[in-house]
Amino acid sequence: MTTLLTPYMTLLIAAAAAATFATRIGGYILVKRLKHMPPRLEAALNAVPAAVLTTLVAPAFFHGELDVKVAMAAAFLIGLRFGAIPMLIGGWAAVMVMRQFLG
Amino acid sequence: MSRSDFTVGALKALPVIISAGPFAVLFGAVAVANGQTVAEAALMSATVYAGASQLVGIELFGQAVPMWVVVLSILAVNFRHILYSAAITPFMDHFTLPQKMLSFFLLTDPQFAETLARGESGRSVSFPWYLGFGAMIYVPWVAMTAVGGLVGKAMGDPADWGIDVLLPIYFLGLVLGFRKRGNFLLIVAVSAVVSVTAQHLIGSPWHISVGALAGVLLAALLPLPDQRTEREETIR
Repeated sequence: MTTLLTPYMTLLIAAAAAATFATRIGGYILVKRLKHMPPRLEAALNAVPAAVLTTLVAPAFFHGELDVKVAMAAAFLIGLRFGAIPMLIGGWAAVMVMRQFLG
Repeated sequence: MSRSDFTVGALKALPVIISAGPFAVLFGAVAVANGQTVAEAALMSATVYAGASQLVGIELFGQAVPMWVVVLSILAVNFRHILYSAAITPFMDHFTLPQKMLSFFLLTDPQFAETLARGESGRSVSFPWYLGFGAMIYVPWVAMTAVGGLVGKAMGDPADWGIDVLLPIYFLGLVLGFRKRGNFLLIVAVSAVVSVTAQHLIGSPWHISVGALAGVLLAALLPLPDQRTEREETIR
């Protein structure tokens, strides 16, 4: 019979899960400890989506091959007018076309 | 009302499944290739539930790195969630404590961005809506991890299927969703430059936290948005 869970890996997963949950509730606990929100902290928190999500996008673009760069540029242009699904389809089509015909 | 909120949330998560689902399959495949069992891969997806950090963790595990380094790296990748949970608190404050616990457990990048966008547009962020959105990602995420673990070897290179571009494009869409905010271009430019530079200088995964902190600090140091709004109002 094959092993389902090994003790070492189960412990690692439990530690990883605990660490991740701590980050997901950490900001809530910090904010609740403040009686009122300082304006500069509020400005900082307002910047969270743009600042954080950008760090997931920009390195992918700059380190991507030309096909990835073109696909992301195409998706960007689509995204100025349309929503997530057209962006995904357009970007995916662009990268597949480039890999098929230029690859 | 509740049920329709749940459905509305679940439907909103469809693009997330399209873009993130392949990464669950990818994670399952990589996890098994790096020595996890299918059950362990599914358990990790079900309990950690944070794709990028799972991939980083399993990659390091495959390189026989000590456990504390693996966990610390996962913490580094997930550090951004501290910022998320702080920023999202005003919209979740009306949840009960158990609801909050479950909600924070489900707090992924798309969950954060869509919840914030909904809350700020003036629509109510109800627990059923939040749960509908989250469940529609969580259940396929775990299921597709198991599928990836089972069929991984047959898949070949994910780039052949063009799935490597889906997640960056989805995140790009999320960033664009916030483009009407004050100082948007400046914050995006600084986070982009710092994260790309940091990836060169100190490497992945630390560049995420460093780039994010740079953008957030910049926003804290810039003239406060309240003053700008007042000025705009006087101009009008």
